[in-house]
This record gives sequence, C-alpha cells and structure tokens, in this order.
Amino acid sequence: MAGLQLKRLNLGYNGDVVVHQVDLTLGAGELGCLLGPSGCGKSTLLRSIAGFTQVLSGEIWLGDERIADASTSVPAQDRGVGLVFQDVALFPHLCVFDNIRFGIESWSRAEQRLRVDNLLALVGLSGLGARFPHELSGGQQQRVALARALAPRPRVLLLDEPFSGLDSELRARLANEVRGILKADGVTALMVTHDQKEAFDFADRVAVMRDGIIEQFDAAYRLYHEPRTEFVARFVGAGDVLPCTVVNTTQVDSPLGVLTSDQTLGYEPGQEMSLLFRPDDLIHDDDAEQHATLVSKQFRGSHFVYRVRFDNGVELGCLAPSHHDHELGADVGVRLEVEHLVLLPK
Amino acid sequence: MALTPHRRFNAVTLVALAAGVLVCLPIATIVTLGLVGQSDVWGHLVDTLLAQYLMNSLGLVIGVAAGVLLLGVPSAALVSLTDFPGRRALSLALLLPLAFPAYILAYTYTGLLDAAGPVARWVDPRTLDSIRSLPGAALMLSLVLYPYVYLLARASFLSRSASTLEVGRTLGLTPLQATIKLALPMARPAIVAGLTLALMETLADYGTVAFFGVPTFTTGIMRAYYGLGDAVAAAQLALTLLAFVALLVLLEKYSRRKLRYFSGASRRSHSRVRLHGWRAGLAMSVCALPPLLGFAVPGCALLWWGMVDARDQWWDLGPMAASSFGLASMAALLLVMSALALGYAERTAPSRLTRGLTQIAGLGYALPGTIIAVGVLIPLAKADQWLFVMFRDYVGVNVGLLFTGSVAAVLVAYGARFTAVSLGAITSGLGRIKPSLDEAAMLLGHRPLQIVRRVHVPLMRGAVLTSALVVFVDVLKELPATLILRPFDFNTLAVRAYELASDERLLDAAPASLMIVAVGLIPVIYLNRSVSEAKY
Amino acid sequence: MLKSLVAASLTLALGAQAAGQVNVYSARKQALILPLLEQYSQETGVEVRLITGGADELVTRIKSEGVASPADVFVTVDAGRAQRAKSANILSKLGQADFLDRVPAQYQDADNQWVALSLRARTVFYAKDRFDPSQISSYADLADPKFKGQLCIRSSSNIYNQSLTAAQIAHQGEAGALAWAEGIVANMARKPTGGDTDQIKAVAAGLCDIAVANTYYYGRLAGSDKAEDRAIAEAVGMIWPDQQGVGTHVNASLAGIPVNAPNREHAEDLIAFLLSDQAQTFYAEINHEFPVVKGALPSKTMQDLGEFSADDLPLDTLGVNNPAAVKLMDKAGWL
Repeated sequence: MAGLQLKRLNLGYNGDVVVHQVDLTLGAGELGCLLGPSGCGKSTLLRSIAGFTQVLSGEIWLGDERIADASTSVPAQDRGVGLVFQDVALFPHLCVFDNIRFGIESWSRAEQRLRVDNLLALVGLSGLGARFPHELSGGQQQRVALARALAPRPRVLLLDEPFSGLDSELRARLANEVRGILKADGVTALMVTHDQKEAFDFADRVAVMRDGIIEQFDAAYRLYHEPRTEFVARFVGAGDVLPCTVVNTTQVDSPLGVLTSDQTLGYEPGQEMSLLFRPDDLIHDDDAEQHATLVSKQFRGSHFVYRVRFDNGVELGCLAPSHHDHELGADVGVRLEVEHLVLLPK
Repeated sequence: MALTPHRRFNAVTLVALAAGVLVCLPIATIVTLGLVGQSDVWGHLVDTLLAQYLMNSLGLVIGVAAGVLLLGVPSAALVSLTDFPGRRALSLALLLPLAFPAYILAYTYTGLLDAAGPVARWVDPRTLDSIRSLPGAALMLSLVLYPYVYLLARASFLSRSASTLEVGRTLGLTPLQATIKLALPMARPAIVAGLTLALMETLADYGTVAFFGVPTFTTGIMRAYYGLGDAVAAAQLALTLLAFVALLVLLEKYSRRKLRYFSGASRRSHSRVRLHGWRAGLAMSVCALPPLLGFAVPGCALLWWGMVDARDQWWDLGPMAASSFGLASMAALLLVMSALALGYAERTAPSRLTRGLTQIAGLGYALPGTIIAVGVLIPLAKADQWLFVMFRDYVGVNVGLLFTGSVAAVLVAYGARFTAVSLGAITSGLGRIKPSLDEAAMLLGHRPLQIVRRVHVPLMRGAVLTSALVVFVDVLKELPATLILRPFDFNTLAVRAYELASDERLLDAAPASLMIVAVGLIPVIYLNRSVSEAKY
Repeated sequence: MLKSLVAASLTLALGAQAAGQVNVYSARKQALILPLLEQYSQETGVEVRLITGGADELVTRIKSEGVASPADVFVTVDAGRAQRAKSANILSKLGQADFLDRVPAQYQDADNQWVALSLRARTVFYAKDRFDPSQISSYADLADPKFKGQLCIRSSSNIYNQSLTAAQIAHQGEAGALAWAEGIVANMARKPTGGDTDQIKAVAAGLCDIAVANTYYYGRLAGSDKAEDRAIAEAVGMIWPDQQGVGTHVNASLAGIPVNAPNREHAEDLIAFLLSDQAQTFYAEINHEFPVVKGALPSKTMQDLGEFSADDLPLDTLGVNNPAAVKLMDKAGWL
C-alpha cells in the first residue's frame, strides 16, 4: 500500500497554476525528496499535502484515504501529517519537553514522558528537555523540531528545507542522521530542498521539479546516470552537453569522434541529439594517447576536477587523481571512459 | 477524520466584520452627512479664516512633531542603550505624562502662570502670558503626547538585535555614531508610528487650542457646528481633515512596511554603554525634563490646589472615579476584543472588506470627539426611533431609547475614536508570531481556538496588555463623546473636571483632574513593566 | 457581552419611562443646576434625571432621538442656542402657564417656546490705577482708535462675544457692527485667549487697561476665599455700558419643553419651580447672576455694583443674529 499518493494534482493561487498535473507515489516507509530551484512549486506541493493550500484539481491520498480534492479537504489538524519547518517554528514560550509534547497532550502522562524521552534520545538531545528554544544551537533546534513533528507518529512526515539555515557540514551530517532516525522509525517522509547533495544524502527517491512539473522521479543513481532531460542532467551533478548525431543503434558521432555505448540507444540513425558528459566520463592519465590543455582546476581533497580544452575547442570536465597537480596551461593526457552514452533530446 | 467542504468564511471573519462595521458607523455617518448635505459655509471660510486655520494647524503639527521627537526619542535611546544613575526610575517616570489629559495640562499651566498665580511674583506677567499661543499649545500637546513616541521607540531600541550595533562598532563607529547611524534608522518605523498617533491626537484636539486661542482646522469644524449651527459644514470640514489624516496614515504604513525586516532578529541582550560624569548628568537631565514638566510640576500644582483651595470638591468624586474606571475597563476589554477579531481576520482570512474597515476605523483617532459623537448619535437614534415606533404600535410597550443614552452608545464612540490605538499594538503583536507557529500547532492536531489559547495568548500577552492599557488611559481622559452620549446622571472624572474648568473654576477642577491622573497612573506603571519584561 | 449590554440599557430605558420622573437635558453646568433639581426632588418626590453637555450636542441629541426622546426640559445658557433649538423644531409651546406671568416679556420667546431663568450682563472692566472710566460709556467706545493696544477680550468662538455682536447687529445694522468688530480687533492688546476671568486678571496684571467680561466672573473674584483673587477684584473697576443708550447687553439661561416630552406636567412644574423666588435667589447667590423674576434680588456683590438698565432687545433676536455675528467676526479677523 502506498504511503502517500498524488494524482494529477494541480495547485495554484489567484488563478495562477503553479503545480501542473503532478503524479507521485511514495511507498510506506519510503523517503522521498522534491528537488528543484526556488519557485519551481515544490513548497506549494508540500503545503497542499499538509493542508495549507487548496487543491485546484486532482487528489491527495494518504494510505487508502483521500484527504483532499478540488471540492473537499480534511482540515490540516486532522490529517495526521507532520511538518518540519524551514524556520524551525519552535514555540518560544515552551521548553523543549513541552514543545515535543505539544501534539500528544491527549496521551497519558506516562506515555507522553516515555515518548518524549525516546525521541530526545533518538535525536541525541537527552537531558535537554528543560531548555528553552533560544538556549539551543541551530542544529539542536532543528532536531527538536523533528522530534516534535514525529511525536504524534504522523502518517507522513514533511520537511520543508529543514537544514537550509545550517552550515554545510552540519547540513550533510544532519540529513544523514535524520534519514537514519526516520528509517529506524519506519516513517514515510517527503522533503523539499534545492540542494542536490542534501537530497541524495536523505532520500530513497528524488523528484526533480521545474516550473511546476516533475521532470523525473527516480533513485539518485539513475537521476545522475540516466537523466531524462537536459534540465535534470544539469541540475543533478556537473556535466557538459555536446551535440552529436546517431550513427547506429549503439554509436554516435560527436566532436570527440565516434563513441560506442554498451547499451542500445533507441534512436533513429541520423537523428541530431545532445550527449551528456559527466566529469567522471573523462579521466586524466599521463599515459593516455589523447591530449588536451588544462584550463582550470579545483582541488577536492580526494581528487581534482580539471577543466580541459581539446584542439577543436571543445571544453569538458575531467577527474584527476589527488596527487596530479599539473600547472595551468599544461598539456595533459586524458582518456574517455564512457560506458553508456546519455543522449538527451535536443 | 472527515472530509469537509472548503470554507471561505470563518467565525472570526464574521465577528471582525461586525466589529468593523460598528466602529466605522460613526465615520460613515459623518461622510454621508458631509457628502449629501448642502452648506454655504465653505465659501465664507475660504473668504475669511480658512487660510489661518490651515496655517495654525500646520504650525501646530510641525511644532508637536518636533516636540514629541525631541522629548521622546533621545530619552528612549538613553534609557534603553545606556546606563546612568537613576535610569530605571526615569524610564518609568518618562511614561507618566501619558496619564495627563492635554486640556488639564493647559488649564494647570494657565493657573500656574496667570497674573494671580505663584510665578507672577518673580516673572513679568507679559512673558508668562505668552504661554497662550501656538508655541504654547504645541508645548502642552508635546508634553502629554511624547510618551507615545517614547514608548514605541524604547520597545524598538530594546528589541533590536545586539549584533547590529556591534557590527557598527567593529566598522569604526563610536557608540553615539552607531546609535545615530544604525539604531535610529532601525527604530524609525516605531518612531513614525508613535509620531502618527501623537499627530492624530493633535489634530483632534479642541480643548487645548480653544483655551489658548489658537484657531486650528478643528476649531473651524467646531465653529461651524457651535457658532453657525451647521452640522453639514462641520461634517464637510471633518471630511477634509480625514483626507489629510489618511495621507498621514499612508505615509506611516509605507514606513512600517520595512519593519518586517527588523523584527524576529535575535533577542540577545546587548550591553549598555555606561555613562559617567557630565555625560551621566546630561543624560539624567534629558530624561528628567519631560516628566518634570509634563507630570511633576502640574501634578504638584493640582495637588496643592486640591489640598488647599478646593478641599470641598473631593467628597463626591468616589462614584465618578468608579464610573470612569468601569467605563475605561469595559472599553479596553471590548476594543481589545474587536482589535483581536480584526487582527485575526486579517491573519486567517485576509479580505479587502475587513482591511478597508480597519483602515477607515483607524482614522477616527484624528476626529474631534464631538464629531464622532454626532456620528454615533444620528444612526443609533434612528434605530432607536424605529424600534420605539415598532414596539409602540405592534406590542404596545414603550421601550424608550435602547441605544442612545446608554453605555453602549458611548462604547461605540470609543470604538470609532480609539481603534487606531488598540489595533496598533495587536497587529504588531500578531506580526511577531510567525505563521509557521500556527501551522506547526495545527499539524500537531490543535483546533484554531486551542492554538490561540496555547500559542498566541502567552506570546501576545504583552501586546494585548499594551493595547488594553493605552485604550484604558485614553478613555479615562476622553471628554466630548462621553459628555454628550452618556446616560442620565452618569458622571465621569473627566466630565467633572471639564465642567469646572470650562466654568473658569480652575482650582475647583483640581481634585477631579488629580483623580484622572491617579487612576491613569496604575495602568501606565503596568505598561512600563510589560514593555521592559517582554522576553520572547 | 453585547447582549447583556442591550439588556442592561433596556432595563435602564424602560425605567426611564416610569411615572414620577422628569428628565433634564441641560447646557447649564451640573454644579449650577443640580442643587436646585435635588431640592425640587425633595419637595415633590419626583425623580429628576440630568445630563449636561454642550447645547448644540444636546439639540442634536434631542432631534436625533425624535419621538423616542425622553427629554422633558431643555436648559440652555444663551438665547442663540434656544433659537437653534427652535429652528430644529424640537421645542413645544409653553401655553398659558402661570409662571410666565412672573417673567417680563422681553425675556420670553415671542413664539412661546422658551422662558429665561436667569440673566447675566456683559460689562467693561478697567484698571483703577491708570484708566479714567469716564472715557468709556458704551460698547461703541471700546472700538475707539484711541484705545489701540489697550483692550483684552476673549475669542470670538465664545458665545458671550457672539451674542454681544449679535446685539450690535440689531442696533446698528451689519455694516455698523462690522466696523465696530474691526475696531475691537484693532484695539486688542493681545490675541484673544483664555476665559473671562483671564481678561479681568490681565487688566490687574497690567497686560491691558480695559477688558470685557461677564459680571459674575468679577463677582466670583470679589467673593473668593483667596486673598490674591480679592486683590485682583480690588484693582479693577466696572463700567455699565450704554446706560444712556439702549442699556447694558444681557443674555440669559433659558428653559423649554421638547415636543416629545413624555412627562410634560412635571416639566412645567419643574420650570415653575426654577422661576420661584427661592430658586431665583439661588442663581444670584451661587453664581452672581441676575434674577429674571420681578422683585427677586441679586447677590450682595452685584448690588454693590449698583443698579443698571438692561438692553430690552428681545432675546430671540440674539439667537436669530448669531450666525451672522459669527461670520461678521470672522470677516473682522476676530480670532
């Protein structure tokens, strides 16, 4: 049974439609993510699931229950949906313990205490229950917000750019931690973010959104290696696009010569296409036959990302081992390591 | 869990609409009266005194603006950003003149400075007589109105983030420069809001300017009504005043638009700059002068007159103090509730209708109470007559007047007059509660009313209290609407003080005046606490 | 909340219509009328209920309340406002009531809608030590250019000055009255401020040599407990203007019965009481006003000022001329 299902959903304000015909299904216990640039409609989508935005048309289902369509909706407070806010939104006048307890006040005292203590342990804040929000660091506040949202055991947990206020290192660590916490609790969750790294750290599957449309909903690996549109390709990871012509079922003709894929391409010979090169499709190797000029380089610790220019003017990203620190302008050997070709419609 | 149809209206909106319509009723009446009626007074006014009225009003507005800024802003900055001996006491004392009605201050200073008064022994009466002039009126009004600016500016200085000033310091500014270049611009919306309130009160004032013989635009309104018996002309003049004030309010809105950037900053408490030597002395003087002139001196004069010259005027003040107190409390309660309804309607279901009503109601603060009272009287009496005839003809019962001459009518007038005040504090209080807090509470299963109780009430305590207390003090001082709309044999302290003072029995008016100030002091002291203790 | 308020006012309003009651709408200040009303109440057992306020507001209120108005007696403190009440059609005819016989005809409305209760005179005060009172014998003299910069008089917003000007219009026509008002403005020692008492005090303090004020303000200073006040009264002298001409300008407080008065009998009864010798003495004693009833005596302080002849201009003329007077003062630049 699906945990969350959106069917042909249209959303908008004052006559403007900002989310178009969205279909999306999250399995029970699955962690999903809506990834896209700001203004793509991902937050609107999230708020419609929470019950803060009315549905223009289409349906929202939680489990086997329809919670909203064009004419009716279940009030937000009755949906059993948890939300972790971008601005944390802890109640400033309540201590940590009371904040977490806020949604389970109908439970017995003992159950409340047990649940809050367990959650505090889960988010690694045991012993801080008596603190007030302003006495906590940003990361701690976000963890309390998570615990508060989890306390009533929501049927789905929504996270609205929950880590955007934190520094990048903490952001990555927390995304991973939260994933662990949610998996341990078996929670179905949907997060919104514009940070690809955060999305990959957190989610089982990521939906890339653009202009109110989901362009692709897939596991991180497939988004990276098999993007369906140029937008997805560029938004998920670095890469360059070169024009090419299909030669036959496995080969294309590109500015770097004829390249061969290990999979069938599925396009007619003679078709003009775009070919996606990831930096890891081109490896620096001093012994390689092909050479190019080093234009720029970025040191990433475990490796370098080079930018190289071929004689015919084509520039591509290229990975280099960490100890290969060549001078800019040097002539360096490069080797194409393309196994499957990613072709995108022009 | 049930599917329910989308709702476009909620209960709060309905209450807000009802409150909005009620408080706008008087202004709507005046507008109708002015637009429908015919009057030839305009031509006469343009030919004779209009220019002078306008010049005087403009002069008064400029004078009071300068006065309240000079008295209110430096003192607010000093007590919130620096430390010096006596700071705590002075920060409270600076609020006290709020309890003084402007006309009583004017009467008191006249009594002190007239030829038979105590000062005339040492100073030439001709010099003293110059208090009764436009600058004198501006001074009187400034002395009682600066606390609005002080109150809001101080709250703003106290709540702004500590880091901003520290950034300024690291960029090479002295504390004084940092205050002028950073803290002042950040407090600007608050200062402008206070200034707007003070100027609206100034434009509505009739008692002070009439007594000092400074004919202003409001004098013109009252003169059309009293002197010429022409209510239509008075309404038309009032409309003109409203248009001017609407402009003023738009200006204020424009300046407050930016307030959003400033609020919600961290409330880390900042360190005060400690002042020593002559600097401390100067700070003390700057902060002591306004309450000295606006409270201590006139207060002592009243006390002296009340104890020595008017000992026979005390005995029947008890019941009047009780009605004043009851009326002010009831008005504070109702106005805060209606302001909450209007504020919540705007927050939960924003509509052009409620917003429009709110803005119109806010203008009432600039209208003279008499005009508001006439605006209340006409529609309520119409309703009364209709009911009277209905009951007489169909039921055979004489119900008399149900609304006019009842406390309800007085309260409607207060609503029309003071909504600007009650709404100001509530809106800024609600504005400080991020919408995500509501949503978080809602998703945790709480109904709207529970959210209000559990989240808003604790967070809004300060704002609600401020709103209620300012209304309380304003109602306590209010005269013209109370005078004309009150029920039989219903006397308030303000009515008593006014009747004696306007009968040129200044000394006899002292006990009632003193009681107004005393009853008003209690909320003012609370007000001080609620501002300085705001935690979140 | 609103419900209980309505219920409360319902009971209040229903009570208002009970028998044995009379409702007074008074522009006369509470302190200057309540003692009399209480006395009436004690003597007759009729409950008197009072609201005070500006005359114009009270007229507006009575007019707005219409048929439902509980007002039984309307008391105002000048003829101008009585006239306004008449033109608002809120006053009824008093009929052939006995009490009317006690009051001279010029102090009654020609249309039988109101009757005066007490009189006040507007006179001239001068500095005893530096001003020769023989220079002034009339209001017209006040406008004489030789007194430039010597005159203290209050604002034209004040009803006393409005009705004085209205009387000038009646006697010398609009053009003459305008010239007179312009002369007054030209002679002012300062911009008009403060009340009548302040004008008298200004003379005593040397700010000006002559001032215009009602007699009772002088009476209060002269009868005050405070030595400073008595010293001021001591320093000024008083002139009865126009004794050789039309007589000193007087105005009155007056009473009428609104058309919809629910307790008309009590209202007539109360007015008769207010015109009784006993009540007439009260006005004289408490406020140094002049009784309107033939035979009643003014206060000792007022008697000391001597006999005077009053302008016998019908008081309703003052009311009719009042708007013209205001506009004329505006034209003259009388602030």
